[in-house]
Amino acid sequence: MEADAARMIGAGIATVALAGVGIGLGNIFGSFVSGALRNPGAANRVFGNLLLGFALTEAVALFALVIAFLILFS
Amino acid sequence: MAEGGHSPLEQFMIKPLIPLEVGGVDLSFTNSAVWMVAAVVCATLLLTLGMRGRAMVPSRLQSVAELSYEFIANMIRENAGSGGKPYFPFIFTLFFFILFCNLLGMIPFSFTPTSHIIVTFSLAALVFVGVTLIGFAKHGLGYLKLFVPGGAPFVLLILLVPIEVMSYFVRPVSLSLRLFANMMAGHTMLKVFGGFVVSLGFAAGWAPLAFTVALTGLEIGIALLQAYVFTILSCLYLHDALHPGH
Repeated sequence: MEADAARMIGAGIATVALAGVGIGLGNIFGSFVSGALRNPGAANRVFGNLLLGFALTEAVALFALVIAFLILFS
Repeated sequence: MAEGGHSPLEQFMIKPLIPLEVGGVDLSFTNSAVWMVAAVVCATLLLTLGMRGRAMVPSRLQSVAELSYEFIANMIRENAGSGGKPYFPFIFTLFFFILFCNLLGMIPFSFTPTSHIIVTFSLAALVFVGVTLIGFAKHGLGYLKLFVPGGAPFVLLILLVPIEVMSYFVRPVSLSLRLFANMMAGHTMLKVFGGFVVSLGFAAGWAPLAFTVALTGLEIGIALLQAYVFTILSCLYLHDALHPGH
């Protein structure tokens, strides 16, 4: 049973990656908003980049999720 | 997870519908294959029916077809740079296949082919191998300049070149894992919140129900976004193959 407990703890620790993702996402959207307020005309042009950055950052969170699943179910 | 019961991962099970085995290889027509065929049929129907009228003032369906053409053409022009035009059909097909796989997966009780890593990895490996072949065909050994950042001192190159090589070979993995993980995580999350609705019952079930509705909206957004990200990254890789060394 100890192995099971260790597995649960490991899966929990794997989600620590979310801290970095949270910082990254906050950074992306914060920078976008401040940039868009300074220069509203350019906001539309960088919106695609915003979504790209969001998706790339979010993927890191999902990698952590995959690892958590791998620890839990394999 | 609980056996046989209502595991949130149960939805990803592949069931053979028409069992078929050729020379020891399992070639069964599975539910995954059904939804992939459905995605191809939907994309074909949308584009052929949309463009059938060829009206000067487009109907709604024709506008969708024309706008999506323009969308992908712009994406290639901006991200793949000059010389990206010949690869338009491939990128367009890639985008629509992933998009419809994702969107059809949002229909309740359907199946999402892109939630299986073998499907997304096949797509990513196709992009990776294709881009590498294009790079070598266009530039010969000059394509290897991609791994040598310009203007870096020699001492740094010892460090940088292995990193560049590694990041090049990790591309198909990250490309496929991103799409797969997004789809799998989203659908699992919807199932988990759906389970909350049932277990909380009439008393408090409405809160997770409202959340599930919002999540469904988010998941449709993610479905569009991930198809976009997959194709835009393919365009960027194509850019590397067409213009290595900067």
